[in-house]
Amino acid sequence: METLMSVLIGVLFAIGAYLMLSRNLLKIIMGSSLISHGANLLILTMGGLKKGGAPLLGEGSASYTDPLPQALILTAIVINFALTAFLLVLAYRTYINVGTDDMEQMRSIEDE
Amino acid sequence: MNNIVVLPLIIPMFTGLLLAFFRKNIILQRTLSLASLVAVIGTTLYLVGQVRNEGIQILEIGGWQAPYGIVLVADMFSVLLVLTASVVSALCILFAFQTIGVQREQSYFYSLFQFLLTGVNGSFLTGDIFNLFVFFEVMLLASYVLLSLGGTKRQLKATIKYVVINSLSSTVFLLGVAYLYAVLGTLNMAHLSVRVAEVGQSGFLTVVAFIFMIVFSLKAALVLFFWLPESYSAPPTAIAAVFAALLTKVGIYALFRVFTLIFYHQPEITHTLLGVLAALTMILGSIGAVAYRDIYRILVYNVIIGVGFIVVGLALFTEQAAMGSLYYLLHDMVAKALLFLLGGIIITVAGSEQLKRMGGLIRHYPLLGWSFLVTLFALGGIPPLSGFPGKVLILQQGLAKGVQYAGFNWLTAFALISSLFVLFSLLKIFILAFWGETRPGSNAEIKNINGLLVPCVGLLALSIFLGVGAEILYPYVEQAGYSLLNPQLYIEAVLAR
Repeated sequence: METLMSVLIGVLFAIGAYLMLSRNLLKIIMGSSLISHGANLLILTMGGLKKGGAPLLGEGSASYTDPLPQALILTAIVINFALTAFLLVLAYRTYINVGTDDMEQMRSIEDE
Repeated sequence: MNNIVVLPLIIPMFTGLLLAFFRKNIILQRTLSLASLVAVIGTTLYLVGQVRNEGIQILEIGGWQAPYGIVLVADMFSVLLVLTASVVSALCILFAFQTIGVQREQSYFYSLFQFLLTGVNGSFLTGDIFNLFVFFEVMLLASYVLLSLGGTKRQLKATIKYVVINSLSSTVFLLGVAYLYAVLGTLNMAHLSVRVAEVGQSGFLTVVAFIFMIVFSLKAALVLFFWLPESYSAPPTAIAAVFAALLTKVGIYALFRVFTLIFYHQPEITHTLLGVLAALTMILGSIGAVAYRDIYRILVYNVIIGVGFIVVGLALFTEQAAMGSLYYLLHDMVAKALLFLLGGIIITVAGSEQLKRMGGLIRHYPLLGWSFLVTLFALGGIPPLSGFPGKVLILQQGLAKGVQYAGFNWLTAFALISSLFVLFSLLKIFILAFWGETRPGSNAEIKNINGLLVPCVGLLALSIFLGVGAEILYPYVEQAGYSLLNPQLYIEAVLAR
């Protein structure tokens, strides 16, 4: 299972990197979002996938799954969510204001 | 357990939340944000006293014991940085009162400023590496909005690049955290230090150390500074000054913390690489600083040179060098804020960022000119001003280490030469902007800048105090340097019970 997850994470990173290298602003945002999903999955896999019962005291099982990675991912997802929302608004505002969403063209547009 | 440790981050956080409800009431916003900063300075001063007398102070949040819960740790290194950061932000906000403009003031400027300070102080005080990530994000999110606030083309273009590069580096930070958790099974920094010492810093852990080095170098603008010139010259002066004073310093702090507390077992690999990066930063920064004839560009490249110089102290990895770095770090926060504020005033009175359109300002603005000259000497490291104690300690240690390994002589040479470039690039601004003939038209009407100079004079006094009063600060800095190079003090404080 861990191997499969590693392949999935690799694929997410590869697609994310490809998208981030493009010139289109929206694709860059999607790319950064995909990469951070890959990172979240990596945390999950690194903590060890399901190894025992749910981490509740009443369950009475011999071993418990580590709940910490989930807590970390939850925090990271919330932060990433805020970041992506801000980035989308920023990209829209830039598109309205500067008149392009192509990073190459944006470079050649003069300030003011 | 000491509840005061949490105040430097909780006061600005609640003030920021409160201010969001009163966005139209500017007088209230100004009073409250200044009051909050004064309160932070007061509590931090008290905390400095406590750390001096009783050693490292910690707070286990929610009463959860150290390796399981999150701890806040106030050692001398952190509290001195928190103190300086708060004082510098208080003076920068005084500048912002006069320059930032009603529109920004009504668009949550003060709230965001408080959140920025929350993130900065939190990063300095936290004792948990994932929590460090969270506070980095608090700081960065506030800085994204502050950078784009106002929405000019230049700001928007700069913000996009800044946000994308920082979001990528935050993801890499998460990767580092994931690997560290997989290998060592903990995220508490003191506990990490113990476990790394137990299992030995194997090749795998050194690779993880490199991941953190990349992340923090990007935040600190160590070699990976390509995002910095544009984003630090786009926002209004008050915001640029706070960025220059605080944001890169948080990255430098994280480098110091991680490479003195956790990954200190193979200095011949990690710290040597840091030395190479520092040398490269100083060289590239110096080239940038002399290449441009645009005030903001010159100042921005001076920030980069400063970063390189501070990291030299970490690369040398001795107690004296760490003390030198701390002296220089405190000086750099004050002096860079001062430099950006003065640069902003020069641009306002001259009406241009280009040096070729300026001249003869000293006739109408003598105080501005002489403050700039003193700042420039402080940054160049001329005694008795504030840059001197840090530089002398770092250079001494560089030469002492150079006896063992010749590479350090080169590093010292670069550090010394970079100071000359700092002096040269800033003297160029002084000579071209203040001397010579007054340009017709450009500064025809004389503006009243006395109000703007008040915070600058405050920062200047602070900078002179850091130099002349180096002796008074010495015991504090010595304690900080000692606890940096002796991680067991930190570990005992956090894990003792």
